This record gives sequence, structure tokens and C-alpha cells, in this order.
Amino acid sequence: MVEKEDRVPENKVEPPQRQYPETTAEINENVAGNEPPTTGHTWDGIEEYDNPMPRWWLWTFYATIVWGILYTVAYPAWPGIRSATPGLLGWSTRANVQAEIDGALAANADINARLVEADLTAIADDPELRIYATSAGAAVYRTWCAQCHGSGAAGVAAAGYPNLLDDDWLWGGDIESIHTTIAHGIRNDEDPDARWSQMPAFGDILEDDEIHQVVNYVMSMSGTPQDASAVTAGEEVYLNNCASCHMDDGTGDRFQGAPNLADAIWLYGGSYETLTETVSYSRFGVMPPWSNRLSDSDIRAVATYVHQLGGGE
Amino acid sequence: MAILDKHAVLEKNVTLLAIFAFLVVTVGGIVQIAPLFWLENTIEDVEGVRPYSPLELAGRDIYIREGCYVCHSQMIRPMRDEVERYGHYSLAAESKYDHPFQWGSKRTGPDLARVGGRYSDDWHVDHLRDPQSVVPESVMPKYGFLENRLMDGRYIEDLLRTHRMVGVPYTDEMIANARADFAVQVDPDGAWDDMVERYPGAQVRNFDGQPGISEADALIAYLQMLGTLVDFSTFTPDASR
Repeated sequence: MVEKEDRVPENKVEPPQRQYPETTAEINENVAGNEPPTTGHTWDGIEEYDNPMPRWWLWTFYATIVWGILYTVAYPAWPGIRSATPGLLGWSTRANVQAEIDGALAANADINARLVEADLTAIADDPELRIYATSAGAAVYRTWCAQCHGSGAAGVAAAGYPNLLDDDWLWGGDIESIHTTIAHGIRNDEDPDARWSQMPAFGDILEDDEIHQVVNYVMSMSGTPQDASAVTAGEEVYLNNCASCHMDDGTGDRFQGAPNLADAIWLYGGSYETLTETVSYSRFGVMPPWSNRLSDSDIRAVATYVHQLGGGE
Repeated sequence: MAILDKHAVLEKNVTLLAIFAFLVVTVGGIVQIAPLFWLENTIEDVEGVRPYSPLELAGRDIYIREGCYVCHSQMIRPMRDEVERYGHYSLAAESKYDHPFQWGSKRTGPDLARVGGRYSDDWHVDHLRDPQSVVPESVMPKYGFLENRLMDGRYIEDLLRTHRMVGVPYTDEMIANARADFAVQVDPDGAWDDMVERYPGAQVRNFDGQPGISEADALIAYLQMLGTLVDFSTFTPDASR
């Protein structure tokens, strides 16, 4: 124990200096007797011990070589003249994915057959079928429908992709109408049974002030017109030009896909500018047919899914 | 172990080491790569695959210029989930006229290998202008400027010639008509019969719905062609491939 008053620099005790060997000769002297052999390499006086590899490492190394050879025997590998060895396991990516898809189809074959045979209106009353069709339909919807109608099915008003949640249907919202729309599409050239109608472009038919009047009348059906003084004149333009499809009271006609104009729900927008554009140039929303891309059960499933989203009738 | 002792010569001469290391890598490369050029089951000819039409090829260049491949792959892997979402798995032959191929390696956006025919032209125009207007959760930037950049196809022959140089079988006839074919593909009222004969399955439409040939026309023509060339209702996959 060093007393406190002794702690002055001149009394400092140096720790004993360890003597490290400095030359190869000294090292060899230190380990004399149990020294492993060297490889014989010498660089700048540095030699290298020839210690054996760790046993675990060496055996792992041999095992990987054996594994590699067996792998090339089991799987396609060795190139020949015309083809490579197919491998003992007969492995094939294409066969594997086909088997997996076939397996999934086979597992669902029974319930898909029931879905195709069931009356569309009866699906909702069969709990098992309803749950299956809703989940399968949701998957189909997200793959094929979400791009236009949105992943939440709220549509895109600015682009005229209809909202499927709002209980407002252009061509009918009972499950059979929805099924027909999905199977054959709307205004497409691919399917002869596609739903079809075309509003004339009234820019070529009406005068500009008549369009101004009728737009204000249409706005007044469900809200506030932009120019109230034009409404009365607009009603006459409406009855002469629009009522044959959109009906006298503006409630539309699902038989020809004429939208309801009186419910404050707009496909392309209900502003004065948008309505003027719609009346002047018309609209021509297209939906592709799906009967040529999806199976019957998929179409019935997605119809069930859309029907139960909230807007189904 | 006389030969192992000789190894010391390589270990002590860095130039020799480099030369021999190169030789070893070369042998490995030849063994792995060379057989792919002669083994029949690695080369699959598929009916329907054809060189891109001049407009599609120009659209493909825009696809590359804008870096679409950074976020979109064009490679549907043979797995059930991908096949159910995107369609039939991609075949090697479907990108055999791609120089360079556009398989990509990252999917920030969806795979585009079979995007052709999946959306309408209008949808593509809306989507290029403002992707979030049709897909609110999208992070894709806007490409509306493509509609305003008109192309006259001045160098389209050179482009075809360059692709011929790297192995795409464009005929002299195709090159001679390149500029006319380029223009007629956006003109449904024009004389496009010969063009469609040269490039079977080419779609003739005014893709962006506006006068003139814009970069959007070319890009949409390319996108609408992707994955549509092979008719999978008649294609039978060979399981050995």
C-alpha cells in the first residue's frame, strides 16, 4: 500500500517490463520443443506455420464437395450434345407451377361447380357459398377491377370510373345485372352482348345558349344552378332533347344505361364546366368483357363480391 | 506432391497469378455459358414472337429513357401467385428481340410483362398524366409531358438498323418502310395493311387520342403490345424446359 504522501513522481514504481521476443530466432527459442513445422515460405523474414486446418472446417469442406456432386446428379445440370442431364428427381419449374395451379383448382373444384350451378340470387342465402364467393371475388376484384374502380371500389370520379359502393347503378344493381355487366362489359367491340348505348354530342345539335340553359336545369334537379335565370328555358330544352333517355323527371333509364340526373351523384362530375363538357361532347365509358378472360366461377364470385359491397340491390 | 510445389511459382509472381486466375475463370464461364448456345432445350422457338414495330420500338426506347425498368419488371416468374396475378409466366423467347432485355429486378410498381390489353388507352393516358388520379395509393411520378413531345420518326430507320446489327431479324423491306410504318400505326384511317402484315398483331390506333405522333403514343403502343404476341390458348409448354 502506497501512502498518500508518497504519491509523488519521483516515488513512482515502474511496472515490470515484459520482454517480447523480437526476432524469428528468439520466437523459435521460446517455442522450442513444441513448435509446429513451417511452410518454408519466407517473406521479409516472416515465416508461416503449417498448422493443420480445423477438423470441423475440413470435413464441412469435403461435405460441400460431395453435396455439389450429388446435386448435379439429382437436378438438371450436366450439358451434353443436345440436352442437359434431366436429373434423377425429374425436377421442372414449369411442371411444378402447373401442378400447384392444378392442385388449387382441384381443391376448389367442388365449390366452384356449386357456384356455377347455383342460381345467382341464391348465393347470398347459402352461407358457405356466400363466404367463398365473396373471398374469391375479392381476389379477382383486386387483380382485374381495382385498376379502374379503385382498390376500395370507390371509383374515380374525374375519369368516369363508376363508384361501386354508392347504391347508384347505371345498368342495374341486382346481382343478375351486375353479373351481366361483368361478363359482357360495356360499349366494347369484343363482345356482341356488351351493354351498349351512346349519348349524342349535343355540341353539334344545340346552340351554345341552349346548352347553357339545359346544364343549369340539370344542375337545378339536385342542387343549385349556376345561373338560376336559365333554368326555366333549360327545362324545355331538356324535355325536347334529353327526357327520352333520362326521363322527364331526370331519374334516368337503366335499360339503356342513362344515368339518373336527379340524385346528386355524378359519374364525371356535377360542376357547370364538367356538365357543359358532358353535354357538348358526350361521354363514352367503356368496360371490357370478362367472360373471355375469367372462368364462370370467377365472374360469379366477383359479381357476388361487388353486390355485397354496399350498393347491391 | 510435385505439382503442388510448382504452385509456389504462381504464388510468388503476381503477373502469372493473374494470367492463371483468368484462365480458371474462363473455363468456368465456358462450362456454364457455352452449352446454352447449343442445347436444344434451352432455345425455345415460340410462335407469334416478332421484332417490334417501329412505333413499339420507339416506345420501348422511351420506356428505357424514363427508367421505367427501375420500378417495373417484365418477368413473370413461374410461381402460382404470379401466374394468377399477372398471367402466364414469361417465356425466354418473349424477350429474345429485347436489346437490352427489360426483365428488371425490382417491383415498386407491378410487373408489366403482360400489361398489353389489360387497360384501355384512355386509362393509360389518364395514368401517365396523373397516376394518382386512377390509383390513389401509387407513388409513380407524372409523365404527362410525353403527350406534348411530338416525334417525326426521323431516325427510326437507324434505330431498326442498329437492332439488326445486334441480331434482330429486321428485313430490308422493314427498314425501307420503317418511317411509313412508324407513322401509320397511329392512323386507323391510313393504309396500315402492309405494316400489320410485316408486324402481325400490331395494334393500329390513335393511342393518346390527340393529333400527331407523341411520345405517349409510342409508349402506349409499346405497353399495349407487351405480352400479347404469344397466343397462350394454343401454346403448349414443354415441361423439359
